[in-house]
Amino acid sequence: MAYQFSLNEFRPHMREWDQNEWLPIDKLRKSAELGFGGLYTPTEKGGTGLSRLDTSIVIEALAQGCVSTTALLSIHNMVVAMIAHFGNDDQMHAFIPDLVSMKKIGAYCLTEPNAGSDAANLETRAQKVKDYYILNGTKSFISGGGESHVFLVMCRTGGVGAKGISCLMVEKGSEGLSFGHKESKMGWNSQPTRQVILEDCKVPARNLLGSEGIGFNIAMSGINGGRVNIASCSLGGAQWALEETLRYTCDRKQFGQPIADFQNTRFELATMASELLSCRLAVRMAAKAMDDKQSGSDTNDSHIPVSSLCAMSKFLATDRCHNIIDRCLQLFGGYGYLKDYPIQQLLRDTRVHRILEGTNEIMKVIIAKDLIDKHIESHISRNFTKTTSNNGLPNDKSSEHLKEHTSAAYSS
Amino acid sequence: MGSLRILVGCKRVIDYAVRIRVKPDKKGVITDGIKHSLNPFDEIAVEEAVRLKEKKLAADICAVSIGPQACQETLRTALAMGADRAIHVEVDDKTYQTLQPIHVSKILAKLAADEKIDLVIVGKQAIDDDSNSTAQMTAAFLGWPQATNASKVEPDGAGSVTVTREVDGGLETIKCKTPAVVSADLRLNEPRYATLPNIMKAKKKAIDKKKPSDLGVDVSPRIEILSVEEPPKRESGAKVESVDDLLTKLKGLGRI
Repeated sequence: MAYQFSLNEFRPHMREWDQNEWLPIDKLRKSAELGFGGLYTPTEKGGTGLSRLDTSIVIEALAQGCVSTTALLSIHNMVVAMIAHFGNDDQMHAFIPDLVSMKKIGAYCLTEPNAGSDAANLETRAQKVKDYYILNGTKSFISGGGESHVFLVMCRTGGVGAKGISCLMVEKGSEGLSFGHKESKMGWNSQPTRQVILEDCKVPARNLLGSEGIGFNIAMSGINGGRVNIASCSLGGAQWALEETLRYTCDRKQFGQPIADFQNTRFELATMASELLSCRLAVRMAAKAMDDKQSGSDTNDSHIPVSSLCAMSKFLATDRCHNIIDRCLQLFGGYGYLKDYPIQQLLRDTRVHRILEGTNEIMKVIIAKDLIDKHIESHISRNFTKTTSNNGLPNDKSSEHLKEHTSAAYSS
Repeated sequence: MGSLRILVGCKRVIDYAVRIRVKPDKKGVITDGIKHSLNPFDEIAVEEAVRLKEKKLAADICAVSIGPQACQETLRTALAMGADRAIHVEVDDKTYQTLQPIHVSKILAKLAADEKIDLVIVGKQAIDDDSNSTAQMTAAFLGWPQATNASKVEPDGAGSVTVTREVDGGLETIKCKTPAVVSADLRLNEPRYATLPNIMKAKKKAIDKKKPSDLGVDVSPRIEILSVEEPPKRESGAKVESVDDLLTKLKGLGRI
């Protein structure tokens, strides 16, 4: 259904939205009527209650119509889920219905001019004064900035570092809230991106999400899902690019034959299809791990921490899919460069996925930390344990042996 | 009187966007691993039934599909769009190859009688066989009036239904008493997107399972498929310089 919706409602317009830098709020609200406004927000809290895995599949389908619009939709969904998870009853009552129907759009405000990858050192200050917080600072690169209605602002209420950060819901129209100029971007043009400027911005204290000091946790819990979603957007873009390229190469004739007959073309398509499959599986595995963690079941037999899985899938999918789209463009030849064909827009739109929601370099930092610093041996492989149990010892005994052996090696 | 009980036929067909390929043994087309969906005309039929229910002219919508296990997915689509319940008449793969409108219409007729149906709505034809016979045969078996190729269906809530039909000459409007059989044409309506919550609810709805023998219908093959082939490849045309040339050529080819 998501695929049909995307084909009918997004795809015919994605070029015009890109060229005119137009936010298709009507289409977004239409999608919200079908349940796309709160995809993985639980039904008890007013959402659609899909699993993360189903969400990933839905987002991948939608991205095949317009990557940029789907990405904004996914960011909105992340914000709704964060409020649903950490909000108290009053807050949920006040915000969730309008957000799920997309009468109001949610925005995620963490990044600042001086705090990008170094997010925990953000500077936006929130001073508590009676029943209000007074916010001062600037947030940059905010998706939906200027048009969105509910801004989740990560700000400093306490001391330095992550523990001093809180999360406040700032509503459009608040005193002291203004926006910078609309950024002129390479892609993602169907979403406005602006700085969010807070100058003695008054926010009611009841808009504090959770409690003081857990703001960074809230931000990070949201972003894990956000990473799987962005990865899914990349998958959708690459999937469509691949389909278009298949059609084109079977059609285009040179030297008396379709270029799809040439070995280079065939091998390229085969390789790209295989790479896309592997990325998709990584993303789905990360999504499933999030679901399993939520439901408390322990089927994550890779024992890779969920945050690492999300980071790995984001890094792999955004990187590989952008590269796939690039190679698809090459197969289109000169036509790939023309705006008449969607390939160049897919390339431009997916380029930023390697940067936001945590740069791919930061993804590697996260993965390395879990892998090396936290010594999680089972990252390497469980098979390692099995192959060495050939000395007749029952499996569990030999794995004890191995554990002792390897931990001894590490500690020396 | 105002609340019709509706039976909607839902055929699982190869998706309209798929490029059809003939099997190497030339006995059929490749269906393994190929995307299937609800026959578009049946989707229009389901949509019409749901709209009638929303207008309070229908009380109950029962979707039915005849075929192998996979037909249950097709029924879930109908349920997600708003059908109240579903019946899957199970037929194995081999029998399905030779299942024809005559078998289907007997099954639909029996179900219509058993379920006390007032209105049977099916698509005018399936996009795989283009038979355009099931509605007509079903009406014949039931001895009910038929209104095929409908572009408008208006029950009056008092035992009749006015149907506008798309015919070669234009539009024909007829009025028939219910119970009746209607077949949906393209312009009857534009089917809705099922909402995500409805899709999820549909997954949990129970689907009633039956066999053709339960309904006293014999589905043994009445045809034998000799061969299935692709249509001949389109040959290149020829260009002519003037209208006179065109006429000469056409005469020469025996076309005029």
